[in-house]
Amino acid sequence: MYKHKDLMELKELTADEINFLLDTAVPMKEVISRPIKKVPTLRGRTVVNLFYENSTRTRSSFEVAAKYLSADCINISSAASSVAKGESLYDTARTLQSLGADVIVVRHPMSGAPHLLAQVVKAAVINAGDGTHEHPTQTLLDLFTVREHRGEIAGLTVTIVGDILHSRVARSGIWGFTKLGAEVRVCGPPTLMPPGLAQTGARVFYRLEEALVGADVVMMLRIQKERQQQGLFPGLREYSRLFGLNRERLALAKPDALVLHPGPLNRGVEIAHDIADGPAAVIEEQVTNGVAVRMALLYLLTGGGAHSEADY
Amino acid sequence: MSALREKTRIIDQDGIRRALTRIAHEIIERNKGTDNLVLIGIRRRGVPLARRLAEKIKEIEGSQVPVGVLDITLYRDDLSTLGYQPVVRQTEVNFSIEGKKVVLVDDVLYTGRTTRAAMDAIMDLGRPRNIQLAALIDRGHRELPIRADYVGKNVPTARLELVEVLLVEIDSVDEVVIMEKT
Repeated sequence: MYKHKDLMELKELTADEINFLLDTAVPMKEVISRPIKKVPTLRGRTVVNLFYENSTRTRSSFEVAAKYLSADCINISSAASSVAKGESLYDTARTLQSLGADVIVVRHPMSGAPHLLAQVVKAAVINAGDGTHEHPTQTLLDLFTVREHRGEIAGLTVTIVGDILHSRVARSGIWGFTKLGAEVRVCGPPTLMPPGLAQTGARVFYRLEEALVGADVVMMLRIQKERQQQGLFPGLREYSRLFGLNRERLALAKPDALVLHPGPLNRGVEIAHDIADGPAAVIEEQVTNGVAVRMALLYLLTGGGAHSEADY
Repeated sequence: MSALREKTRIIDQDGIRRALTRIAHEIIERNKGTDNLVLIGIRRRGVPLARRLAEKIKEIEGSQVPVGVLDITLYRDDLSTLGYQPVVRQTEVNFSIEGKKVVLVDDVLYTGRTTRAAMDAIMDLGRPRNIQLAALIDRGHRELPIRADYVGKNVPTARLELVEVLLVEIDSVDEVVIMEKT
């Protein structure tokens, strides 16, 4: 059962709620596999993608998910809208509300911006990534992908590698995988490791080799080149030498370990070419599963959230 | 919420078995055998009924008819008025229905809205040669121009009553009862 009006963060969800979202994504994936990928479920509903940051895959994934469910979808990017004229988030939200939006999908560089939005609109708000806070739908698709391969999340060891400090994918990942019973390890340079991770239950490693031993899932994060200019790591080549995933290092994980990456890839930096294209990588499946998970979410958020076995 | 009271048991285990045997014969007769025939059960209780019909058809004709499972939740016409979203379950039709004679199987035929949703769902999976409808119970009160091709039993009911089909596979007992709001 999913009873919230919005999806803000995985931190506030229970394992049951996360599992219910994942269960609902299973029939959605069947719809995606059909030759005619369209069901009439959300006819007459409007989904607005409000993106204050660039995005290819998340935005198009939400757009496709809305369209497969027959909802109307409007895309607003900050560069080509009144936002560029200085309109506040509050006023933009009220305008979208008046236009009749049922769901607002928002990505924003400031942590907490979706919360602000959710408080002032009746529409359901989905956090598509806010600052360094969370990116819950990314983790839902990661969980779905791992569950498809392994059946269950509980008991798995998941290693998240990269810029943990700035990564909303890492933060959602820690919450999501931990709540479903996995052991989460995080690994990266000390300058890119936030304080206080012990409270989340995640174990911190500074040597990739140690973090990889016995891992079932290896999640590589994209390293952003502008962090180098901030002096947080000396150079891409050194980063790659210490924290890049290559064949020798992957061999330390379980033989059937899965390699995940939220994209876009920095090939040759955090992940070697032959790993990104190799049999362990499930990066393309992640993209497909992202659509299924977002369809499930759009479906559940456009109802009251409760469910029933009532006769029809 | 008003409570429900069992009013009458209208069919027992033997009754269900006999009705399904007759329907199986009728399906074979009407389709002149089992060529290009497929059965699709509507979740939930249409599914075990479709499987039982396939068993009976196999006993009679010796050929195995494919059985699919249809979840019509995404095709309901009342989603915007319900105020909640019903649980979606998986559709499992692992064969092509292109050019096939599709027999939809449901437990109770009532307003006809489930059948309408099921027909739309089927059409999205392909273009069957025709669609037929089998229902264990037809309780009347149609709201759409839909009728069943095969009926186990016609049961005149009041709108306040509820017809419940119980099947061993789901409910550990085979019977059909009429429930009444108290």
